[in-house]
Amino acid sequence: MPIFNDIKEILTGLAITFSHMLKKPVTIQYPEEKRPMPPRFRGSIVLTRDPDGGERCVACYLCSGACPVDCISMAAAEDPSGRRYAAWFRINFSRCILCGLCAEACPTLAIQMSSEMFPCKRELMDMVYEKEDLLIDGTGKDAEYNFYRHSGIGVANPRGGNRDEQPPVDARSLLP
Amino acid sequence: MSWDLIDIALMLGKILVLFFIVLTLAAYLVLAERRILAWMQDRIGPNRVGPLGLLQPLADVIKMLTKEDLIPTASDRLLFCLAPAMAAVPAILTFAVVPLAAPAVIFGHKVNMQVTDLDVGVLFFLALSSIAVYGVALGGWASNSKYALLGSIRGLSQLISYELSMGLSLVPVVMLARSLRLSEIVDAQAQMPFIVYQPLAFLIFLVSIFAECKRVPFDLPEAEGELVAGFHTEYSGMRFGLFFVGEYINIIALGALASVFFFGGWRGPLLPPICWFFLKVSVFSFLFIWVRGTLPRLRYDQLMHLGWKFLTPLALLNILATGWWLALR
Repeated sequence: MPIFNDIKEILTGLAITFSHMLKKPVTIQYPEEKRPMPPRFRGSIVLTRDPDGGERCVACYLCSGACPVDCISMAAAEDPSGRRYAAWFRINFSRCILCGLCAEACPTLAIQMSSEMFPCKRELMDMVYEKEDLLIDGTGKDAEYNFYRHSGIGVANPRGGNRDEQPPVDARSLLP
Repeated sequence: MSWDLIDIALMLGKILVLFFIVLTLAAYLVLAERRILAWMQDRIGPNRVGPLGLLQPLADVIKMLTKEDLIPTASDRLLFCLAPAMAAVPAILTFAVVPLAAPAVIFGHKVNMQVTDLDVGVLFFLALSSIAVYGVALGGWASNSKYALLGSIRGLSQLISYELSMGLSLVPVVMLARSLRLSEIVDAQAQMPFIVYQPLAFLIFLVSIFAECKRVPFDLPEAEGELVAGFHTEYSGMRFGLFFVGEYINIIALGALASVFFFGGWRGPLLPPICWFFLKVSVFSFLFIWVRGTLPRLRYDQLMHLGWKFLTPLALLNILATGWWLALR
């Protein structure tokens, strides 16, 4: 009798839906429950510091130039030792498309995409982040990297004073 | 004060209380359906408005009331405005004959726990369930849209195929109880609920009430896959809300009647009668939601086939067998 088969199928279906009712839902309730993002996730943008605690950013404007939506702006300044830094640094997150081109362009690994989701805001002006909001205490992705240990000739360290740097050679002494 | 006045006051009180209970139940049934369907699909469901989402029905009502109330220019205005009421009112009216609990005795005066104890309660219910389809038919016709019209045509033909088997499946119950009065049908089940004697009639009735309130797997009049929203495609705002609430009140009403006809109504051990009644109604409501979460929609011809070639003959045979058994007993 096909009818008994049909009834059996219906009961099987009912049993399956009932068993799913007792299972834990797969829903992640986002703002309360945050899933750890993969390390290469392009979340909100941060400015990192080098291992010594100094700012990595040298205000070279490369991120600002790379930005396809022109949401990064800054002004460069120099401290008495000759080291460049950003006097102010502003990212307008209401325009930012989180493309990651600024992080790719950065020569000092200062600007980085963090793996935290950028939060929604109700006020447009709350989306404009200043340097204080962007700067974090850690080193971000490349913990060891310090730009001035490799480059920045004569600024942070005397010439030849960096770890993998040879003392300067007097070019004239090589002349015959 | 004469008993007449007190009777009138009691009647009005019962109507008010019942109205409140039914509308609250219907509102929370919507929430329960959304939550339970969500659990069946491994989701959480609406849990934002209030604790556990318990204020969601309130938010829904506010949303419905504040939405724009569209009336299509090509529609028949009068019928278009009348149809939602015609869908909701019969569903609420059905509750007038449902006994909620054991009759109480107040100052030596017997008070039935139902609005009115009609001596043709079963017929009253069958009549109202037939009237309910006018809301569907007129709503679809008046909105002058092809989807709505198709939906209402389906609703009508579904009604014709299922009213018959529903009515026939109640005949054995009436034969056993020897009364059309719902309170006497409940009293006749004092020893044993009728489901024990009439499992087949119960199954036919169950399938028929699923078709009666246009629920999955028989939700052809509002098949959202092919007819947008069927007969209420053109409705918006609280007019749609009335169709919607009417559907859920219908679920509660039919669940209540199924428990009255086959499960002894408010009768049950240990718990007070009103608890038993609402327990049975909620089990039936859950069954409606559970089936909606499980079964796919039937095809149009399959539905006709099931109604005419299967349920109706089966119900007739069941009546014959019951009559034979009653005569031999």
